[in-house]
Amino acid sequence: MAELHNRIETPLKRVRGLGSARSGTEHFWRQRLTAIAQIPLTIAFVVLVLKTLGGGYDALAATLANPLWAVLMLLFVVTGVMHMRIGMQVIIEDYAHEEGPKFAWLILNNFFAILVGLACVVAILKLSFGA
Amino acid sequence: MADSKPRIERPLSPHLQIFRPLPNMVMSILHRITGAALYVGTLILAAWLIAGATSPDAFATVEWALGSFLGRLVLFGYTWALFHHMIGGVRHLIWDTGHGMGAIGREQLTWLTPIGSVALTLLVWIAAYVIR
Repeated sequence: MAELHNRIETPLKRVRGLGSARSGTEHFWRQRLTAIAQIPLTIAFVVLVLKTLGGGYDALAATLANPLWAVLMLLFVVTGVMHMRIGMQVIIEDYAHEEGPKFAWLILNNFFAILVGLACVVAILKLSFGA
Repeated sequence: MADSKPRIERPLSPHLQIFRPLPNMVMSILHRITGAALYVGTLILAAWLIAGATSPDAFATVEWALGSFLGRLVLFGYTWALFHHMIGGVRHLIWDTGHGMGAIGREQLTWLTPIGSVALTLLVWIAAYVIR
C-alpha cells in the first residue's frame, strides 16, 4: 500500500526519469562506444611508438607535427581516459562498501582521469604545433 | 536507520575461493586486473608525452628510464596488458551481441585472449628490436 501511495509519477515519467539514479544505460553504452573506438586507436598508438622508436625527441615531434597523427593520438588519449574512468568507477563501486570512502575514491578517480587526459592532450598539442 | 537494527548473520553465497579456477573466470579476473594496471600505466604515457612537450632533454631522460632493463620489463608488461584487455574487450563486445555463448564458442573465445595477447605482445617486441 505504501508503495502505491508514494507513486505519484506516471509510468512514462518513470521510464524517462530512469529512477532515482537519474541515469540508466549511459555508462554502459559509453563504455562500449569507447571500447570500439579504442581498438583501431590502440593499434595506431602501437604503430606510432614503433615508428618513433629510437628516433628520440625529433622523431616524436616530427610525427605529431602531422595533423593526422596528432588527431589519432588525441582520440586515443580522450577515449582512453573516458573508458578507464568508467571502468575504475565500476571497480570502486564493487569493492568500496562504505559511503564515505566510496565517494572519496570516486572523486579521486574523476580527478585522476581528467588530469591525465588533459596533461596528455596539452602535451600532444604542444608537440604538434612545434614545441 | 540501517544502524538501528541488530546485524543479522546471513548465509553468504560462495565466493571465488570456493570454485575451481575456470578459463572464463581467470580471463575475467585478468581483464579487470589488466584494466586497473592500464589505468595506472597511463601515468607512463603522460610522463612520456609531457617530457616531450617540456624539452628534448627531459624527453631523453624519460626515454632513458623506459629503455633501462626495469623500464623495458614494465613496458613489456604494459604491452601485454594492453593486448589482453583489448582482445578480452572484443570478446565481451561479441558476447554483448549474444553470439559466442555456446559451450564450444565460449571456450574458444576465452582461450583466444591469452594466446592472442601473448602472440601480439611478442610480435610487437620482435618488431621493436628489428626496427631499432
